[in-house]
Amino acid sequence: MSVKIDETLTVECETGNYHTFCPISCVSWLYQKIEDSFFLVVGTKTCGYFLQNALGVMIFAEPRYAMAELEEGDISAQLNDYEGLKRLCIRIRRDRDPSVIIWIGTCTTEIIKMDLEGMAPKLEWEIGIPILVARANGLDYAFTQGEDTVLAAMAHRCPEPLRERKEMKQKVLAFPSREKDELHEYANHPSLVLFGSLPSNVVSQLNLELRRQSIKVSGWLPAQRYTDLPPLGDGVYVCGVNPFLSRTATTLIRREKCELIGAPFPIGPDGTRAWIEKICSVFGVEARGLEEREEQIWESLKDYLDLVRGKSVFFMGDNLLEVSLARFLIRCGMIVHEIGIPYMDKRYQAAELALLRDTCTRMCAPIPRIVEKPDNSNQIRRLRELRPDLAITGMAHANPLEARGISTKWSVEFTFAQIHGSANARDLLELVTRPLRRQRNLEHFGQNTLVRKNNNC
Amino acid sequence: MKLAYWMYAGPAHIGTLRVASSFKNVHAIMHAPLGDDYMNVMRSMLERERDFTAATASIVDRHVLARGSQKRVVDNILRKDQEERPDLIILTPTCTSSILQEDLQNFVERASLISNSSVIFADVDHYQVNENQAADRTLEQVVRYYLDRSHTQEALDQFVTSVPSVNIIGIFTLGFHNQHDCRELRRLLRDLDIEINQIIPEGGAVEDLKDLPKAWLNLIPYREVGLMTAMYLNKEYAMPYISTTPMGAVDIAECIRQIHKKIDTLASGSSNKRVDCEPFIDAQTRFVSQAAWFSRSIDCQNLTGKKTVVFGDATHAASITKILAREMGIHVSCAGTFCKHDAEWFKEQIQGFCDEILITDDHAEVGDMIARVEPSAIFGTQMERHIGKRLDIPCGVISAPVHIQNFTLGYRPFLGYEGTNQIADLVYNSFALGMEEHLLDIFGGHDTKEIMDKSLSTNIGLIWNPESRLELSKIPRFVREKVEKNTEKFARQKGIKTITVEVMYAAKEAFGS
Repeated sequence: MSVKIDETLTVECETGNYHTFCPISCVSWLYQKIEDSFFLVVGTKTCGYFLQNALGVMIFAEPRYAMAELEEGDISAQLNDYEGLKRLCIRIRRDRDPSVIIWIGTCTTEIIKMDLEGMAPKLEWEIGIPILVARANGLDYAFTQGEDTVLAAMAHRCPEPLRERKEMKQKVLAFPSREKDELHEYANHPSLVLFGSLPSNVVSQLNLELRRQSIKVSGWLPAQRYTDLPPLGDGVYVCGVNPFLSRTATTLIRREKCELIGAPFPIGPDGTRAWIEKICSVFGVEARGLEEREEQIWESLKDYLDLVRGKSVFFMGDNLLEVSLARFLIRCGMIVHEIGIPYMDKRYQAAELALLRDTCTRMCAPIPRIVEKPDNSNQIRRLRELRPDLAITGMAHANPLEARGISTKWSVEFTFAQIHGSANARDLLELVTRPLRRQRNLEHFGQNTLVRKNNNC
Repeated sequence: MKLAYWMYAGPAHIGTLRVASSFKNVHAIMHAPLGDDYMNVMRSMLERERDFTAATASIVDRHVLARGSQKRVVDNILRKDQEERPDLIILTPTCTSSILQEDLQNFVERASLISNSSVIFADVDHYQVNENQAADRTLEQVVRYYLDRSHTQEALDQFVTSVPSVNIIGIFTLGFHNQHDCRELRRLLRDLDIEINQIIPEGGAVEDLKDLPKAWLNLIPYREVGLMTAMYLNKEYAMPYISTTPMGAVDIAECIRQIHKKIDTLASGSSNKRVDCEPFIDAQTRFVSQAAWFSRSIDCQNLTGKKTVVFGDATHAASITKILAREMGIHVSCAGTFCKHDAEWFKEQIQGFCDEILITDDHAEVGDMIARVEPSAIFGTQMERHIGKRLDIPCGVISAPVHIQNFTLGYRPFLGYEGTNQIADLVYNSFALGMEEHLLDIFGGHDTKEIMDKSLSTNIGLIWNPESRLELSKIPRFVREKVEKNTEKFARQKGIKTITVEVMYAAKEAFGS
């Protein structure tokens, strides 16, 4: 089964037997991003054990998340779900006093049809803390899509935009000099909210990039604190910073009546420039100095580019960043054999896919095959035939592939590292080139294949 | 419903997968939603496994919820059969599939009619048993399956080996120092002139399981996994078993004596005259193992009466408690285990070796106990290590659950005579570090970093505005200093007096880091 996006890009679909993280893993970065939140994962020991192992050391740092571990009585409905959750949430309120509790629904709550959305408003009213529900389960989603479900739920809680001009004027009177500066600094454009969870440094960097074009970012979904969610509504423009946020985008358009700016994602200097240009063009602002800036960045990456040029990459696919990363790497001069991806939203990623196609044309590179819901065993067979210089893959396959002489980069690192914006392009290449540099350093050590002959299947 | 932050033992399917992936050429298929196959990650990461872990998932998704997964499960089994040609495929239920209540047993029967591989359904209940219990049960199930099959095919050869031999049961993947323990046990048995018939499940071939009864007896080094198999073999094939863990000099001697006694009884009719094992035990205890001497040395005198706390799985917590109390003269204030199902055995083992006993799988309760007791050192799992860090008490890790640093490349057995040396080092180093720390505290430490920093700082004339100061504080501490220095260097080069957020990031771009 394959679907044509345009004349050149096709998306194939395989069996979906692939390895990825469970979407509940999003709590690991979201609880750190949203400082006053508490995440309660309603699930079983299996979920808990996954979080505990996937998050490693983080677990010991008194994290603001916990499991509501379902026992046999909960599964067979002998116990009252509402009373159970109420008891736990009251305890969380007592111990941590969060501004919001986010319930993460799991496979189990789906199968036993626990009505989390129904219970949340009632309990919220009863205990006086906002309760959001995100169904980040492995039946429907993969890895980073967990963040998508949380942000989609959060979008509903954003306040209405301020309509009263009076209030604005009062502010101007209160801080006259400062406000005047700001008015001077920014172009006159409708309010812009960016969505996607990024470390606060990267948020500042992207804000700054847009400020250089006199574009003001009114807010981010999510903000550093739940209590600082940005106003959303009719006339507010929104733009995504990550490729896995299609549900959030849909919610913002349909429910919150926002205007979506469909742009490539600000990953790599090329992506960042295209992202800024698209925003500028929507607001009718003339972009300044972007070309020189991009050139500068590429120039500063020269040592890394020499290392990757002409090398080949294979994305096994597990975190939905694959298309953007592949586009950036092709622009760096690499050859991409395959882009595996868990799920492909061709509408949300349209601009990114178009940029991928243009980049291939520009670099005279073959258009990679895009494989949605890949099959890991088939992919390993293809890997053995292609023998790429680098496989970007999950940890389940990384060591076995290395032992067979194929360099790998652990894909999850791309979700935890700072890869957005021009300033982080170097960090991104640092990740990509690390296996290649190690390979080079160990060149004279020999021993590239470290499995016994009969195991080398 | 209970609030849980952390757990000592994993869910049942992990136990089943650990057993399955330990055998050679056995493939496990999990009936599970996307993302439940992280056992692969653990094995590939923690054990640094070079081969692909023979465990895959038959994915349960929305379609499966609507229509049932039977076709898909059967297809996936047959596909694995075609692709990998395993000897055995184990269909493994997960917590999700156990609530779906599909007739997985039936799929297994259908698939096994067509497949070349044998196919079985792991008989574990997610809501009844944990990782260790499931591993124990799965191992017994696999052994029973192959012995029953050989029985019906009348291929079973029950004649025991001519020389004394044993099976070692319970060495498997992701076990705490299992690989090293296995090597140490081999050496011990070789020294005793006893042959090893089979080691299962690690590295074992299922087709060889029919030869298990050829051994004279079974050795079960760990309490958690292997006992069910041993009891089954005892009942059906009258094979005796030894379940004394050979950890610590006293228990090693006890284990050797038991083995000898069993072999002597079995060999009474034959001409095989066994030599006395006492001289061997004596020589090993006094001179090969350094632990007995170490206990008498001046170093160890300093440890007299020091308070400790022990927590871990039943095997390791019990053995370490006995070693500390009986072989090193250290005071154990509290010993505990998270193996609640085996509490009776545990209490009986450590009776008289400690002041109090704690049976719980709630790490907060363990943390509270440690805070109350205020021991000089803790011997526990990774969780106790972190509790110790928070309370400033050193901790030696003696039991799973563990991190990657407990899968050492170097030889670190806990069992056998070399194990006694390793344990003595571990215990002594934990205390020594603690004492050093106290001395540093008393004398104000030798850390002069604070002063060095001041003299190296050259930010004269540079002003960080409030926004950039705030921005700087958001940067992770371990790189903050470097960012601060680079930014200031950049500002000085450019002749900038006030550092703003923009200057910070311009500096970052300029220095390219």
